[in-house]
Parts: sequence; C-alpha cells; structure tokens
Amino acid sequence: MPIKDRRIDRFKVYSRRAAILAGFKGLLVSGLVARMYYLQVIESDRYQMLAEENRISVRLLAPLRGLIVDRFGRVLAANRADYRAYLIPEQTRSVDDTLDALSRIIPLSRDDHQRIRRAVQRQRAFLPVTVAANLSWTDFARINLASPDLPGVQPDVGSTRYYPHGPLVAHLIGYVGAPGEDEVGRDPLLQLPGFKVGRNGIERTFDSQLRGQAGNMKVEVNAVGRVIRELERKNAVQGSTVQLTIDFELQRYAADRLAGESGSVVVVDVKTGEILALVSVPAFDPNDFNLGISRTKWQSLLADKRKPLINKAVAGQYPPGSTFKMAVALAALEAGVIKPDHKVACWGKKELGNHTFHCWKREGHGVLDLVNAIQHSCDIYFYDIADRVGIDRIAEMARRLGLGSAPDLPIPAVASGLVPSPGWKLATQGVRWQRGETWVAGIGQGYITATPLQLAVMTARIANGAHAISPVLTVTPRSGEAIDKAPAPLNISRAALDVVREGMARVTTHPRGTAYAARITDDGYAMAGKTGTAQVRRITKAEREAGVRKNEEKPWEERDHALFVGYGPIEDPRYAVAVVVEHGGSGSRTAAPIARDVLLKAMRANSAAAPVDKLPEQPTLTPERGVDV
Amino acid sequence: MTEPAISLKGKRGLFTKFGELNWFVVLLITAIACVGFVMLYSVAGGSIEPWASRQMIRFAVGLVLMIAVALTSLRFWVSAAYPIYLGALALLIAVEFIGTTGMGAQRWIDLGFFRLQPSEVMKIALVLALARYYHGITMREAMSLRSLLIPVILIALPAGLVLSQPDLGTALLLILGGAAVMFLAGVRLWLFVAGIISALAAIPVAWGFLKDYQKSRILTFLNPERDPLGAGYHIMQSKIALGSGGVYGKGFLLGTQSQLNFLPEKQTDFIFTMLAEEFGLLGGLGLLTLYGILIGYAILVSLTIRSHFGRLMAMGLAFTFFLYVFINTAMVMGLLPVVGVPLPLVSYGGSAMLTVMIGFGLILSAALHRDAIIPRSGAIT
Repeated sequence: MPIKDRRIDRFKVYSRRAAILAGFKGLLVSGLVARMYYLQVIESDRYQMLAEENRISVRLLAPLRGLIVDRFGRVLAANRADYRAYLIPEQTRSVDDTLDALSRIIPLSRDDHQRIRRAVQRQRAFLPVTVAANLSWTDFARINLASPDLPGVQPDVGSTRYYPHGPLVAHLIGYVGAPGEDEVGRDPLLQLPGFKVGRNGIERTFDSQLRGQAGNMKVEVNAVGRVIRELERKNAVQGSTVQLTIDFELQRYAADRLAGESGSVVVVDVKTGEILALVSVPAFDPNDFNLGISRTKWQSLLADKRKPLINKAVAGQYPPGSTFKMAVALAALEAGVIKPDHKVACWGKKELGNHTFHCWKREGHGVLDLVNAIQHSCDIYFYDIADRVGIDRIAEMARRLGLGSAPDLPIPAVASGLVPSPGWKLATQGVRWQRGETWVAGIGQGYITATPLQLAVMTARIANGAHAISPVLTVTPRSGEAIDKAPAPLNISRAALDVVREGMARVTTHPRGTAYAARITDDGYAMAGKTGTAQVRRITKAEREAGVRKNEEKPWEERDHALFVGYGPIEDPRYAVAVVVEHGGSGSRTAAPIARDVLLKAMRANSAAAPVDKLPEQPTLTPERGVDV
Repeated sequence: MTEPAISLKGKRGLFTKFGELNWFVVLLITAIACVGFVMLYSVAGGSIEPWASRQMIRFAVGLVLMIAVALTSLRFWVSAAYPIYLGALALLIAVEFIGTTGMGAQRWIDLGFFRLQPSEVMKIALVLALARYYHGITMREAMSLRSLLIPVILIALPAGLVLSQPDLGTALLLILGGAAVMFLAGVRLWLFVAGIISALAAIPVAWGFLKDYQKSRILTFLNPERDPLGAGYHIMQSKIALGSGGVYGKGFLLGTQSQLNFLPEKQTDFIFTMLAEEFGLLGGLGLLTLYGILIGYAILVSLTIRSHFGRLMAMGLAFTFFLYVFINTAMVMGLLPVVGVPLPLVSYGGSAMLTVMIGFGLILSAALHRDAIIPRSGAIT
C-alpha cells in the first residue's frame, strides 16, 4: 500500500505541477501577446512616426543669392564656390582638441579660436559653427583627408558672395554679412552656416528679392547619419536679379578719373532721372566684409581722412558755391524782379552797411548782364539780384530744383542738404536773418549745402526744360514700388531757362568762360556747365589784406572744394553731371576737366541707352548637399 | 501484461527507432530554424552571406546531433547524467582560467573549429543531474528538507561560477530551470515562496556585486529615457521597430529600423524585433505559435513518459527552452532588462543552437523511450 501510494503520488504531483507550470507559461505568453498588441496595434502610429523621424532627415538647401547687374547686364555682385569647414560641437568630445588638431592642418589665428569658442558657447550644440571658409583647394583636400582625426569637423562646398569689381561699386551695392542673433531665431534659412544677408546698400534694401527661396531635401539616413538615398527634393530658387541703372563702364571710368582724389561724380539721365554713374572715392572693398572684416582693416578705414566708408555722392553735403547761381538767377527771373538784360557794374567789391562783399575777381568784371554774369561767375551781380529777389524766393526755387530734401534712393545715408530760410534760422539759432546772409546765399555760400547727387539733379532739371525728374538707381522696382511716373513740369518759364542755359553754354564755349579750358570740341557733344569753388573756411579780413593765399599753399584740409555741374549735348541735353573734388582747389581747374571727360565718355558710349531686358543668370556652382536644421 | 511489450521495445533496432522518431517535432524545429535563415538573410541586406549560410551549416550539424541523441537509449542518459554534470562543472571552472571573454560576458573555450561555451553545456547538464537525483529518491524523501541540500548545491555551484564570468542572464536561466525541476519533483511549495522572498531580500546585497554595465542595464530598463543615446538606445530603438511594424509589417527587407542599423545586435539578440518589424504582429505571433506548439508537445509527451527521470528531464528542458524564448522576446519588447539571451534556433550563433537541439534530442529520446522502466539506481540491467 505505501509503495503503491508512493508511485501514484509521484506521478500525480508531477502532473499537477506540470499543469501549474504550463499555466504559468501560458500567463507569461499572454503577457507577451498583450505587449505585442500594445506596441504593434495600439501604439503603432506613434512608433511609426518615431521610425520615420529616425529614418528621414530634412535638409535645407540654401538658395543662391540673386545677381546684381548694371543696366547692360554686367555682373556687379555674383556668387562663387566656397570651400569651407564646419564644426558640429556635439559630434566631438572636446572642441579644443579638435581645433588643435585642425590648426595643425590649416592656420587658425587666435581670433579664430576665440570666435569659434564664443559661437560654440552661444548656440545649440547640434548647430554647425563655421571654423574656416574661403579655403584653398589644397587645404580643403587636406581637411577631407584628415577627417577621421577631426571628429565633428565637416567639410562643405557652399557659395559665397563675390564682388568682381569690389571698390568700384562698393557704396552702391553694399555688402553681405552674417545675420544678427535676433534675426536668426525667426528663419531656419538664416541658421544655415555661412548664410549671409544684405548688410548695406542694395544688398540690404533688396535683400528679400535677392535672397531667394530655400529648397529642401528629404533624405534617408542610417543610424550614424550617413545618407542612404534621397527621397524627395525641392530645389532652392535663386534670388531674383537686381538691375541697376548704372552703366558700369562709365562708373569705372569716372572712378579712374577721380583716382587719388577724395570726391564724387554723379551722372544722371536728364530725361528719366536714371543714375548712370554714382562714384565716391576712395572706397572700400566689399569682399572684405563677407567673412567679417579684420580689426586692423576696419580701423584703417575709419581713420582715413578721405573717409572711404562714406558715400560722398549722396552723403557729402557741400556749399554749392557758384553752381548755385543758376537757381538764384531763375528765382530772380521768375519773380520778375529782373529782366535778362538787367545790368550790374562789378568793381570787385560792394558795400553793405559796414561790411564789404568781394567778387572772386579783385579788379572786377565791369558792366555785365545775366548771361555774362553766369559766364564769368561774377559774385557782385549775384549779390545784387539775390538782394532784389530775397532769400525766400531763392529757397523756394532751390527746392523746386531738388535741393533741401533727400532723394528717395535704396542706399543708406542719403543726405538732404540744407536750404536755409529766415524762419529756419530763427527756429534753429534764435537769431534773425541778416540781409548780408541773403547776399552770401546768392553765391551759394553760407548755410546752404547740397550733395553731389542733388547738384546733378538740379542740373538735369534745368537741362531737361524744367521737368521734375527724380533720381532712380535701380531698373528693378523695389517690392511694392510704383514705377513710371512721368516727371511733372516745374513751371519755370522757357525764357528764363533759355537765359540761364545760354549762360551755362558760354561758361564752356566762350573763350572767356570760366571753364573754356574744359570745353568739348567734338561735334554734337558740346557741354554746358558751371564751375563752383566752395570755401571751406571763411577768408578773414586780415588774410584778404595780406593777400589771399593760393590753394596750393594751404594745407589739404583747408583748401577749397572744387565743383562743377554740367550737361550735354547742349542742343539736345541727355546727360547731367556733377563733380565735387574735396579740397580740390578751383572748380574750373580740377572739377571741370573731370566732368568733361566723364560726360564725353557717357555721350560717346550712349550710356543712357535702354537697359537690357535679358539678364544673365548665375550658373549653378555645385550640387548642394544641404545642411540639417 | 505490459512486460512483453516493454522488452520488445527495448530490443528495437536503430532503424525502427529512426522510423518511430517524432518527425513532426523535427519538422517544427526545422521550420523555426528556417524563420531564422530568412531573417538572417534580411539582416545581411538581402544576402545569404555572411550569416544565413553559416547558420544553415550549424543547423545541419545540430540536426544530426539531435537525432543521434534522440536515438540513444534513455538508460544511457540516466547513467551519463552525473558524469555530464561533473564534466560541465569542470569546464566552467576551466574557463575561468583558460577561457576567452567576448562582449563583457559569456566565456568560451576556443577549440579551433568551435567555441565551446561551458555555460551552455551546463544548462542541459543541470537539468539532467537534477532529474537523475529526483529519479533516485522517493516522493517522501523529495519532500523532506534534508534532500534539498544536494539539488541546491547542484544549482548553486554552476550558477555561482556563471555569475562570476559575469553572465547574469545565464545564471538566472540556470537557477530558474533548476527550480522548475525541483518544483515538478514535488518540493514543498512554501519553500519556493520562502526562496522568492529571500531572493527579493538579497537584491540590495546582490546589487553591490553587480558590474557597472549590469547596473546600468537594469536602471535603463526601469527607465529607458534615462539615457536615450546610451544604454537606453537599444530598448528605445527596438520598441520603435516593433511598434512601427504594425499588424502586417513593413515587408521583407523593408524594415527601416533594421536595414538602416537603428536596431542593434539584430542578427543575435534582437532578431525577433526585426521579424516583427518586417512581418508585423502576424509574423511575431506566428513564430510564437511555432514555439508554443513545440513546448506544448514537450509538455504533453512528458505526461506519457513512464520514468520519473524522463518526465523531469523533458519538462525541465522544455521549461529552459521556454525561458529562452520568453526572456528574449520580453527583453526586446522592453518588458525585461537587456540580459543577452538569444532567441533559440533563430538567433545567429552556434552554441545556443546546439544546446537547444541537443536538448530537444533528449526530449525526443525520452519520448521514444517513454515506456522504458528505469530502476532507481539508474543502473543498466
């Protein structure tokens, strides 16, 4: 009995426990099945999304920046391939070690080290920091070769802005630079390493048009981030081309002609107001700004007394001197206070109270009418008629001719100049207007100032029969800008204009005109104009008695500014020019020959010919690989 | 009445036995291995090299061994149980001195043509030894506290050695497999309850003995987001792969997580994930069903075995096999920490495959000799 029991017991216990164990297994398996159901059915959508996120990486494709071309399609701002290297901080164990390793391959300055470290601290660790750009092909190849020893360093071929004619158009085009911290947050495009935005000039004003549209590509990547294949691509759209009204050949010629001086030349199409040349020398090289200009270079630009950073053509405000006499003459004629045959005797000086006003010609011009007065630039005559017409009407005419307000141009620092009036003086200085100040204004001295651009516009408005053309710098309209406004008439009588223009013609064509030496003899290209010499310092009585020093004897900073405005051809005016040479001495000697050469060049080359319609396109530089954002 | 039949069967020829083999089980095992070949083909990005081809050769070798083991008399295995155990123990000790370590755990002895993992041999040897022990004592003895000593030593010795390798996963497999045999043999239930309680109490002490990577694995298991790019990465990626597979899967060779290498160790420990990514819930459940049938067969056949040794061995080995499957799949689903247990018959690797196939060889042998009467002494008469 006990034996039998034992045997039955053993099998019974075994089978009961085997059943329990099987049940236990079943329990565990149903746990597995439940888990699979949870993962693969209930949560499947979420995990599918996560798998896609793993697999697909969206990379931004930077658009090429639009070109900037002149009116004939010559490229002034382009793009070129740029070999560079980024550092992705999160992909390296030690930024310092990597930089040390890198600096054994390519030179990295102390400044570079600091800049990179600052950027690494400032931005998120997965965003690339540019460690080197503008690399030579050799350096680029060496970085590629050494890349296993350079964790986190990513060589890349991108594009960078390039100005083939650098300084010649620097003041117009401006330059590009890295976007500021505050801008970067808004636009993923701006987070691309090496992406530049317009920082000055046309580059800045037309930035939205030039920037283009970013493309993107979806790529499949594996676990270590290597691209397996491209899934989808939307190409970037290059920014649109911006066309300037400038004739680059004329611009270059004018800049060459001014070389060595500090000054500006402006050429305007009198019919349309299109600016054909806008030159300010000396200038800077905008290519230097692409990567951030070096301190020393920047300091030397700032310290230069010829102010290369300033666009003198629009920002330089000078007393117009005798070039203002046309405005005074027109004011007097239009007011009816004189007739064209009004005569004034010049004996070299004229008294007002206990002040003596001098003519530039000490011995005097004798008796002159208006045409003669312009031809000889007689100061006494203009004291007389300024006194007759009064400062208010002179100021009003100056404004009608475009002085005293800033033209609307897509470049920075366009100055307004100053057209004074008694009201202005009382308001700003608390002192009443003096009669003598009207006399001084009559010869374009005193408070009145104008920019070279304004002088060119004034000349153009006189030359075109008093149509209120406005200066235009771009053929491409600014976004939202209305175009093709026919210039309004200024309502200045033909007779008055004819007298003034006759005077201007005599300046350069009459043997005794002030700029006869700078006349144009070529048939059909004759130039009319007006010289001007603006005093930088008032000549004191003591100096005058001691004998006025010649400009050449004075230090450069104290010499007079030399001015000339002119237009041509005389018969059918098309081009107006204004030249200002800072501390250049006399207008007739320094400014007039430059104006003549530039104007002749414009007329011969037909600079004002219609702008070309078909604009060049930027050839694709390199296949863009895109950058993770 | 039954005596003549037994003596008849005892004299069966090898050829007869071969015919009486349970070919359905052999077919089932082959089917599961084929799932492995298919997945290894996919792991290699659609190539039979380098994994699938070698795995096929191993399987062929394993198949021959399995059948040879199955045809061997159960009596032989009874008498060989202790010697095999002692041999395996000796190898475990030897491996401490002459073994080679791979991937931080699981030591092996390089035999030139084959890397012998003593811990794998021990998985079978331990079950054999325990079954042999309980076969030799009465039920009453089995229930007594005194006879607890030898089984505990049988389990503790190899488990301790394996733990020191250090291979936590295998040690746990040994302990659980051994405990299952003890449970089936009739050891009192309260002892298991006490054992579980004392094991839980020992956790804080044991924690101090764990290696850093083991601690990290367990902590990461408890909170995978703790280190999503480090230790938690494997679990996260495995769950993403499974979940994104959905019901029908992404298609053969089209599993993005696996093919793009987001999934780690996919030819070994995470091969189930790959299957479930490419063939979905249906594929995963299909494989689990195959395993279920196999284990179910082992359970049912064990109930028909006349010898206590045969029953305990078949059930013990089937449970070890079950543990393999469960721990591996639960691990890749994020239900258990990553402990490095392969999926039997499917994961790439020779040792585990041979262990499992020899184990099934033994189960088949027990089934083939189900009516054999084996004396307590175990001696061949």
